[in-house]
Amino acid sequence: MKLKSNVAVSDSGFVFNAATGDSYSINPIGQFIFNLIKNGATEEEVIKHILKKYSVDRPTAEKDLYDFKKILESYKLIDTTNE
Amino acid sequence: MTDKMQYERPVIKPLNTGLMNKFGTRTEYEPFTHIDGVAVADIIKEFGSPVFVFSERKLRENIRNARRIFETRYPKVQFAWSYKTNYLNAICNVYHQEGSWAEVVSRFEYDKALQNGVPPDKILFNGPDKTDSDLELAAQNNSPIHIDHLDELYRLIDIAAKMKNKPRVAIRVNMDTGVYPMWDRFGFNYENGQAWDAINKIMATGKLNLTGLHTHIGTYMLSAEAYGVAAYKLADLAINIKNVHKKNLAYIDMGGGFASHNTLKGSYQTGADSVPPISQYAEAITTALLNAGINTEELPWLYLETGRALIDDAGFLLGTVISNKRLADGRRATIMDFGVNILFTSFWYNHKISPAQPFGNYTEDCVLYGPLCMNIDVVRENVTLPPLNAGDHVVVHHVGAYNISQSMQFINLRPAVIMIDMKGKPHMIRKQEKLETLERDEVVPDYLSKFKL
Ligand SMILES: Cc1ncc(COP(=O)(O)O)c(C=O)c1O
Repeated sequence: MKLKSNVAVSDSGFVFNAATGDSYSINPIGQFIFNLIKNGATEEEVIKHILKKYSVDRPTAEKDLYDFKKILESYKLIDTTNE
Repeated sequence: MTDKMQYERPVIKPLNTGLMNKFGTRTEYEPFTHIDGVAVADIIKEFGSPVFVFSERKLRENIRNARRIFETRYPKVQFAWSYKTNYLNAICNVYHQEGSWAEVVSRFEYDKALQNGVPPDKILFNGPDKTDSDLELAAQNNSPIHIDHLDELYRLIDIAAKMKNKPRVAIRVNMDTGVYPMWDRFGFNYENGQAWDAINKIMATGKLNLTGLHTHIGTYMLSAEAYGVAAYKLADLAINIKNVHKKNLAYIDMGGGFASHNTLKGSYQTGADSVPPISQYAEAITTALLNAGINTEELPWLYLETGRALIDDAGFLLGTVISNKRLADGRRATIMDFGVNILFTSFWYNHKISPAQPFGNYTEDCVLYGPLCMNIDVVRENVTLPPLNAGDHVVVHHVGAYNISQSMQFINLRPAVIMIDMKGKPHMIRKQEKLETLERDEVVPDYLSKFKL
């Protein structure tokens, strides 16, 4: 899971894709995950960080991260071709 | 544990600045945690999910308000609760306690009103499907019979011939009120003279006591003026009856049909923004009646059979998220534990839906599905909601009218119905259906009672 090079995240929760000109808003946990991905965290590491910071059980976190990843893929914001 | 942050699903949403938002309004984002002071979570804990909840306070407020609005404009006003709108006995009895009579359209509803203790002469009997035995009973009971078609009129004349008392009757009149499509399948038409012919027929037989005129111009009528036109046309008939037959009518019944604050599908405005207040309907009707040229001493009673506008906002459906899904086209789908089986009105309305617990500022567009295994089970095609997790509760608003009476027992058992009383105490007014409830009237022939697999 790798952020595409032309994607930028602002501190206020906006995502900008310079390649397409599209922008997006994300919620705080989405931003938290985005920053982890940006810093090269693996999926398992992301899960661990979420479980540490938020009151949530593992299956829920996994399910939601899976879905989030799918939607990032569909917006062409991350690259998963090497997984 | 306690120092951890509250969890919310990660959400990302494209920003389409400048585009009109077709996904509803900001008001849908408010959490709705209590009904009349009772916590949604507590109701679900005690009575299960899904569950219908009625606010007695709101029911009484609505009818009192409507009465006040009409009674301050016209001297003789009588409401009759339209049973089909919601015929749970507890609900009907709230209206009866508030002085409403009953309006029924079938023998089943007629018997229900009798059983609830409504005096038979205060049950208005409408509808195209009254059998001879229904007509006989209503005639003997002195219930006002609202004649829908010629066949019924002739049958009733025959029945009346065998009776000592003249049955009390009104005719249902349909007319052009400037709103289309016109509801011309019920009653006798005003413009083409059918209504006048029926009146002359009734007067000529001498066997029926013509006491009123009835109309119901449609349902969820957004035009108050249409009621003014209808009232004027009925008043015109009443004046002709007075002039030609020397008879004063006891009442003019304007039916139901005032719009509630729901949002119709396909409408860009929310119901709250586009629906006329009851005072506008009242103004149109009473102005027409008072100015039609009827002598003040001879003004007829004004009957009203208002349904949805009196009850929609007193009813709530509480439900729970079963699961979230991502559809093949990328849209998010949320599956609820209630569907079109118990929320029939989701075929007509974009019901307002609120999460029942606090949430962050982020929202996403999604489609809300019910739990039935069929494609038409869609509660909202497009709705903007904060991310909901499995197990979260939601409140569907303005579900008081027609959902209880039109619900389908399909795939699932129908849920309990609760009423929160004036002091904030919940009462079960219908228990959840059980397997036995459904099988009570089933018969399995002996030869089908056993099998081996
Ligand atoms: C004869 C009659 N009266 C009253 C009503 C109640 O209508 P509403 O709920 O639109 O007020 C109906 C509903 O269709 C009706 O058919």
